[in-house]
Amino acid sequence: MTSTDAEFKDLLRVEDLAVEYPGKGFRAKSFRALSDINISIGQGETLGLVGESGSGKTTLGRAVLGLAPVTGGKVIFEGNDISQATRKERRKLSRDLQVVFQDPYTSLNPALEIGDILAEPLSVQGKPPAEAKKRVRELLDQVGLPADAISRLPREFSGGQRQRVAIARALALSPKLIVCDEPVSALDLSTQAVVLDLFLQIQRDTGVSYLFVSHDLDVVRHISHRVAVMYRGGIVEQGPADVVTRAPEHPYTQRLLLASPVPDPDRQEQRRADRHRLLEQQRQQNEQAAVLA
Amino acid sequence: MSQAVELTGQTGVVVRSHVIHKVLRNPMGMIALAILAVLVTMAVLADVLAPFDENFADIASTLAAPDANHLLGTDSVGRDVWSRLVFGARTTLLSALLCAAVAIGIGLPAGLVAGYYGGKFDGIAGWFVNILMSLPGIIVLLTVRAAFGPSVWISMIAFGILLSPGYFRLTRTSVQSVRNELYVDAARVAGLSDRSIISRHIFSVVRAPIIIQTAMVCGVAISVQSGLEFLGLGDPTVATWGVMLSEGFKNVYLTPTLLLWPAVAIGLAVGALVLLGNAVRDALEDGEKVKQRKRKAAESASATERTTPAPAKVRQARGAVAAVESGTEHHLVKVTNLGVGYPQADGSIKKVVDDVSFHVDRGEILGIVGESGSGKSQTAFSILGLLPGTARIVGGSIQFDGNYTVAPGEEKVSQERLTKLRGKRISYIPQEPMSNLDPAFTIGYQLVTPMVRVLGISKAEATKRAMKLLSDVGIANPERTFQAYPHEVSGGMAQRVLIAGAISCEPDLIIADEPTTALDVTVQADVLDLIRDLQRRLNVGVILVTHNFGVVSDLCDRVVVMQNGRLVEEGPVRTILREPKDPYTQMLLSSMLEGKEPMTMLVSASAKEAVK
Repeated sequence: MTSTDAEFKDLLRVEDLAVEYPGKGFRAKSFRALSDINISIGQGETLGLVGESGSGKTTLGRAVLGLAPVTGGKVIFEGNDISQATRKERRKLSRDLQVVFQDPYTSLNPALEIGDILAEPLSVQGKPPAEAKKRVRELLDQVGLPADAISRLPREFSGGQRQRVAIARALALSPKLIVCDEPVSALDLSTQAVVLDLFLQIQRDTGVSYLFVSHDLDVVRHISHRVAVMYRGGIVEQGPADVVTRAPEHPYTQRLLLASPVPDPDRQEQRRADRHRLLEQQRQQNEQAAVLA
Repeated sequence: MSQAVELTGQTGVVVRSHVIHKVLRNPMGMIALAILAVLVTMAVLADVLAPFDENFADIASTLAAPDANHLLGTDSVGRDVWSRLVFGARTTLLSALLCAAVAIGIGLPAGLVAGYYGGKFDGIAGWFVNILMSLPGIIVLLTVRAAFGPSVWISMIAFGILLSPGYFRLTRTSVQSVRNELYVDAARVAGLSDRSIISRHIFSVVRAPIIIQTAMVCGVAISVQSGLEFLGLGDPTVATWGVMLSEGFKNVYLTPTLLLWPAVAIGLAVGALVLLGNAVRDALEDGEKVKQRKRKAAESASATERTTPAPAKVRQARGAVAAVESGTEHHLVKVTNLGVGYPQADGSIKKVVDDVSFHVDRGEILGIVGESGSGKSQTAFSILGLLPGTARIVGGSIQFDGNYTVAPGEEKVSQERLTKLRGKRISYIPQEPMSNLDPAFTIGYQLVTPMVRVLGISKAEATKRAMKLLSDVGIANPERTFQAYPHEVSGGMAQRVLIAGAISCEPDLIIADEPTTALDVTVQADVLDLIRDLQRRLNVGVILVTHNFGVVSDLCDRVVVMQNGRLVEEGPVRTILREPKDPYTQMLLSSMLEGKEPMTMLVSASAKEAVK
């Protein structure tokens, strides 16, 4: 496939993406989870995807990974449309495209030892066992886990440590893009900070790109170069992280920003007042719009 | 077929060594395995152990008593009973295995495919299963015999097919429960083919139930087969236990032992298989159960130990509860040097809360902050008296409105005292709004019933109050919500309903355990506003358990910080958030992302600073 310069600059580009889940039962209406999604991620860049439950942010990540049914539009990875990739193409893609899930408790098979979990993506790519074992040791070192973790089971680790294992699994094949689906939401505050540091460090060392999905505006602001805000299955606003997370334009993003409380009583009181003012203002605007319509 | 044989062969490898260990340690499992080992040895070494061929007839000595030649005597045509018993073991056990293999060979792959892919195959397979299950088994077996002759193998294949729905359903259900687990998704992303996903990640879930089921099925196969043969439908030329049983029954008045030996063999084999299945199941149930039992044993042991020094203390506590320390009556809640622990298997007590003291006054919001495992929820639950049954108060006291709910020296929260307070004067807002509403009842019912019980008002009056409460907590259409079932409302709405429930009986204290953690940020802001308004309006005391400093700064007047069951710092909210003294609080606050330079290290940077 020939690719123009513009196509090559973006590692991942999503164009007019739509995802629809078939309805249950005979001739049931299908459920449209995403529509008209347009995003792009460059090399070494992090795109933060923020939204509330049901906004479709997780579905977008899953659509990129081939885990959600794409019914329209394109997902272009390095110039190739992968929205309808077969399992065989996916296997090839898995070298460059990986995932870290939210729940470190269910994302690791409880019956497998850590070493086997980490070796899985390597053996799929046909790495000989000895080489795979060496790489597993490197990975454990890279995410700051002890080497004896290899022969232990997931249940012997805390949430933060399990998430490191999940990150190590994603890193195993040195991918170009990692989809991170709420990777710090289930973690304690201090663990969250450590894991975020790990994500940043890995990006500095390897130049990997992230599609970072989170409901927490603070997390997204901290780790992203650019931010896209999702609401009811669509993207309402996107741009540089600093602009979107500090001076948003869309009413929903404004509400989201002022809803997250700050750890200082006086500033929080101020923010609360701002939020009430904003809600009042938006309500009046809606009323006016309704009258005009 | 070949696959099924492979499966049964795998049993040793599949069950982890510690499971085998556990089965061996269980006396029932040990006995069952020993019996099965003897029977299998008999079957394998039949040619060596049996002095005669199974059908060799010594016409000269029919129905002979046991002697040196014939260990267990002979039957009506002079065949050696011991030899027939040994050869019968071979045929009977092999045919039972054949039955299980056929059932697994059909049920397992079909169940795996149906469970993993669902869709059309699942539908069609389910239809076949329903047909198979509606067929009367014995009649089918009789028909098969009539059509194909009295072969034990053919009848066991037929029976295997009849039993395959059991495996199909078992496999399908287990597969469905893990099909959407994240680790299966991760394997898909890694590019594993469906076959390797099923064999690596999904098969491991079904193998344990399959092993258990197989033990049971073998037992059933032996008894059904023997039953058919006992009725005279077996193949008289092949020695099986069932055929021997049938033979023996014909001569039961002449030589009753002819009936005894096959019956004993059948009983032992079936019993051992069932016991083995139970033992494997117990071994796989993750040791949790064993620990529980041990813990209870340890408890009763320590309880007997305690009886000697304790009576004086107990008597003192049982009478009028000791008066609280004077000068502290005005506190709504006062927790003094509280310790909560759980007795362990070895008799020691694991403390989860240790030496925690704080107080809450009327109209005040106290925040308890900490990470998971800090003991913050345990502290809150001990005030509510909702600790698990195994928990022990290992020290300190709790007083509510000038009376002890846990007096010094008491080991348990007195349910008698707390039942009077809970609901009426102390109420609770939980973390997961959805799982705290009963899906089987309407929201209105769940609000009205406690009010009728606790306040003793009529149902009509309670309904009126419930409507008022629902509109008080900001629900736009109270009538609709009142009639709705919990699944019909959103998470934020459900939390409002629970808050309405918490204030319905006009409590003095509300304990809120992470009330907004499960909610979206914009909903969280609304719920926090609601809690603040209600608290001011009703002038109640609130204990807010949370891990979020933003929530703390939004609501709380005072804060206590907990780490590993200990209270590390206490103070007014501004002091704690702005000038934390304790290194742990400082670390927690420095982990906050608010106000941090984006794309910089959080922990490593501060660690470096500390080194400098």
